Amino acid sequence: MRAPLSWIKEFVEIPTTVSADQISDALIRVGFEVEEIITQGSDLTGPLKFGKVLSIEEITEFKKPIRYVGLDCGEGETRFVICGATNFAVGDIVCVALPGAVLPGNFVIAARETYGKTSNGMICSGRELGISDDHAGIMTFSDGSVEIGGDAIATLEINDVIFDIAVNPDRGYALSIRGVAREVAAALNLNYVDPVDALRSLTFEKTGTGVTAKIVDEDAASVFYLRTLKDFDQSAQTPIWMRRRFEKMGMRSISLVVDITNYVMLELGQPLHAFDADKISGGLSIKRAGVSQKFTTLDGQERTLHPDDLMVWDDKKPLALAGTMGGLESEITDSTSRIAVEAVRFNPIAIAKNSRRHKLSSEASRRLERSVDPSLAEFASARFVQLLTQLSNAQHVDTVIDGKPVYAPVVKVDPQYVSNLLGIDISPAEVAKHLRSVGCDVDESTFQVDPPSWRSDLLQQADFVEEVARMVGYDKIPSILPPRPKHASLTPTQKRRRAIASMLASRGFAEVQTFPFTNQETIDQMGFLGERAATYRIANPMSEEFPLMRVHLVPGLIDVAQRNISRGAKDFAIFEMGSIFRSSQKLTPAISPELGKRPEQVVIDAISASVPPQAYHVAGLLVGKNEATDWQGPARSYSWQDAIAYAEDILQLCNLEWSIKRSDFAPWHPGRCAELIVDGKAVAHGGELHPRVIAAYGLPERSAAFAVGLSALPDTEIVRPFSVGTMPAALQDVALIVDAHIAAGDVEAALREGAGELLESSTLFDRYDKLGDGKISLAFNLTFRAHDRTLTGAEVTAAREAAVAAATKATGAILRTQ
Amino acid sequence: MNPQDVQGWVSDAAQAFAQADNLDSLKVARLAHVGDKAPISLASRALGSLSPDEKASAGKIIGEAKAEIGRLLADATARLEAERDARVLIEEVVDITLPVQRAHRGGLHPITIIKNEVSDFFIEQGFSVEEGPELESGWLNFDALNIPADHPARTMQDTFYIEPIESGMVLRTQTSPVQIRTMLSQQPPIYVISPGRTFRADELDATHSPVFHQVEGLVVDKGITMAHLKGTLDNFARHMFGDDVTTRLRPSFFPFTEPSAEVDIFFNGRWIEWGGCGMVNPKVLATCGIDTSIFSGFAFGMGLERTLMVRHGITDMHDIVEGDLRFTRQFGVGL
Repeated sequence: MRAPLSWIKEFVEIPTTVSADQISDALIRVGFEVEEIITQGSDLTGPLKFGKVLSIEEITEFKKPIRYVGLDCGEGETRFVICGATNFAVGDIVCVALPGAVLPGNFVIAARETYGKTSNGMICSGRELGISDDHAGIMTFSDGSVEIGGDAIATLEINDVIFDIAVNPDRGYALSIRGVAREVAAALNLNYVDPVDALRSLTFEKTGTGVTAKIVDEDAASVFYLRTLKDFDQSAQTPIWMRRRFEKMGMRSISLVVDITNYVMLELGQPLHAFDADKISGGLSIKRAGVSQKFTTLDGQERTLHPDDLMVWDDKKPLALAGTMGGLESEITDSTSRIAVEAVRFNPIAIAKNSRRHKLSSEASRRLERSVDPSLAEFASARFVQLLTQLSNAQHVDTVIDGKPVYAPVVKVDPQYVSNLLGIDISPAEVAKHLRSVGCDVDESTFQVDPPSWRSDLLQQADFVEEVARMVGYDKIPSILPPRPKHASLTPTQKRRRAIASMLASRGFAEVQTFPFTNQETIDQMGFLGERAATYRIANPMSEEFPLMRVHLVPGLIDVAQRNISRGAKDFAIFEMGSIFRSSQKLTPAISPELGKRPEQVVIDAISASVPPQAYHVAGLLVGKNEATDWQGPARSYSWQDAIAYAEDILQLCNLEWSIKRSDFAPWHPGRCAELIVDGKAVAHGGELHPRVIAAYGLPERSAAFAVGLSALPDTEIVRPFSVGTMPAALQDVALIVDAHIAAGDVEAALREGAGELLESSTLFDRYDKLGDGKISLAFNLTFRAHDRTLTGAEVTAAREAAVAAATKATGAILRTQ
Repeated sequence: MNPQDVQGWVSDAAQAFAQADNLDSLKVARLAHVGDKAPISLASRALGSLSPDEKASAGKIIGEAKAEIGRLLADATARLEAERDARVLIEEVVDITLPVQRAHRGGLHPITIIKNEVSDFFIEQGFSVEEGPELESGWLNFDALNIPADHPARTMQDTFYIEPIESGMVLRTQTSPVQIRTMLSQQPPIYVISPGRTFRADELDATHSPVFHQVEGLVVDKGITMAHLKGTLDNFARHMFGDDVTTRLRPSFFPFTEPSAEVDIFFNGRWIEWGGCGMVNPKVLATCGIDTSIFSGFAFGMGLERTLMVRHGITDMHDIVEGDLRFTRQFGVGL
């Protein structure tokens, strides 16, 4: 919302000692963010005169059109200037900067020789004067609208300061000069004159029968004023002062009638709509569209109405999308003579819905959906009649009223509550004073507070506390720490996530965070099937490219890897932690219990249960070499082993035990993927990515990945350590020959099983696959130890033989004897 | 046996050991002067053939001489070993400026780091860290927070809705539903923060991202005032931006707080919007079953990306969301 200082000053007595910055600071202090202070005219000095175009000589020998213009600037003799613009004709009045004038940008005007002529000044555009962004060319004025030779700086009210203010949605009243001026006055403790006061006594003579007005849908509007005027002469022009105010507000002048509706809206905050009364059949009524039908709005767009759209109808058809935009058919035209102007206090929700359904946010809807002062239907429509009858020959015919204004109820405010919530002592008298300064009526004996007509947002005590706080100043509230609460710590889950992330980061992984969106193509390319491929769809995605919620972290990592590769990275490891969104549960219709009291526990539980589980995962992607190749020698490539090892490290970090088996699991290579199983549940996978995936995304060959479902992991139990034995260890090596398809993990498991409790650890230290006959050799170091004695040779031998025997039984392993 | 001879053997040995300039030549000298064939060894062996009187005196002389030679030898050995060690250490000098880092340099995402930092700060103040789902019930994300159906935040431009729309499921637009979840499941006193990922249908540009992070704080207790809110924010701001930072509250509007405020910080010479805050709207407390005649509360929320960008002078959101390793690695595992 823009607010020119010159306009604010109509309603507030602002001493000249108060600067624009002080006003801006005051507005910020009471909750209005000033986004910009636009100063006009401060870098402009005259003489700047109005001149009438007497003659135009077109000079054609140059590349662009050049005019040599003769002007009457009220000087008794013709002044000639060169001008490059062509949007004016003989008889028009233009704005002329005379030699000696300085335009914004320190552009000094002087008499000069150019295009073979002497130019004695410059014809100005609004842009050159720094008062509009209009590119349309120089400013023109019709004859009679300004005084020839008059001072344009004064007439055009060029010297001004315009505040561009952000208005919060609860303060619809401040989308008007009336509202902004009131805030300025209250914040600076200055005298304020409500422009409505001057309208209260206005009466208009009934000179005929006007168009009738009826609120049919009583939920949709409380009060409807419809004033009919006649004998409007369409030659009547919008006066310069009003045009200038539109320019300062960033709006355009359209026609006198439409301009006055807009002017009143800007001044008071009540949107008005003017109909061509001759195009209304019968009377006007406010009701829903009822059925889906076509309707063309003023902007020329044909829209399909929703049955719930609130409309202003005549006896036959809808004429306007209520409070949002008028219809093309009943708009004011060059031939309009009878005018019906509508001012309605619509239900904000109805207008909000109109606006949203048609994605049509207008100046009117923006105000009406934020609640408009219900008293304004009367006064704003009166202001319209006052201005139109002053500025044209139009005459009031009749005013028809339906409904009546409904105001926010009186609220009892406990002054102690105000102090308690703000943490400062404020006396009841002060509370009353501040509430009065924002327009409330306060009965100090009972503290029954009647909010002003324009504040339909003041409904509960806390709302009034904010008003007091604003006026006291938030800076008066002290800074105190709350009572120190009980001890707190991270949850085990939070600690675990942190530990995993820190471990991966310290092992060379860079953490990334990707948008959790995906698409069907990616899901298919990865090879996800069934419930691993099912996900939720976003109704209004950022782009149709990514309308689905991710089902896995690896695709996001691949995307980041591609980006890094395209920027020159070759060898790296990245990881991400986050939720995935498989649609494991069908979404049910929303449960929306009543507000203001705690819902039943079953309802709360049902709401919780309606939110699908969102598994939390960590995944990593390993690309290229595992370290830098440098003068110390070549590095090895990341491969499936690394991915499995990191997955195991994560389980190890969580102090869990797992078993491992090969798994055909997307998006991994079916022969090179390990599944890690904890408590019978597959919780992690690691290995080489499927060659198809690697090829599809242009990753280096053999790129590997892991993923761990962190939310599927059991809690880490507290460590119960055994006492470390000091007895000596006995080391034994065994080499076993097995069929090549036998899993080393199975052999090792059998060895452990057979060796019994004396086996402390085992390590596969050699794997030899050149034996031929489809056989391989697996050689293990076995470390035996008892915690209470030195093992005898016989015990160790027996244990080793038992281990080998178990391996033979389970896997057909044969002890290798050179 | 002539004692002068014995003295001569000692001085011969002393001389020979002194002349040895490495451990090898010392070995030769050792064999010559204390070896089996050395005069003193021969004399020592010859003691057995002497009379008991002679044996006692000669044995004493020879014993003392052997001890002396042994000391001389030990000294020489120590000297030469030290010389050798010194030489070897010099020979083994390497160029320690050679590049030695082969391992990839990892790092936590800066948002993770700042989230941890914020969490640690508030945990120290006695706040718990609560989390909630990103795909969230619309009732928890909006209605319960007093954001009515016609509020602009509910429109399609701002919120990602999940199909079917009738489910009311949304990608949470704020971490505030975690506040509701907390108040529905815990009794006051409540001191929590809720950091997490949030979503708004904004195009990605230098300062906006459709996916971003917030941290919100909620306190509900007896006698909580706006002064407590201010104190908490001041403390938090100093922790994040340094002791010199000052804060400012400006009246504002949020449906879930009343009074509401924007919190600005004065940092690096200018006022910067940091977040929103206010006293929890009694309507919200009532919906969560909290007795507003006994308890009051405050809440605040700020963007983690914004906090990070302001503090570290990051000017482009793309750097935070794109996952370029060169960016992330600058942060290591701490800020």
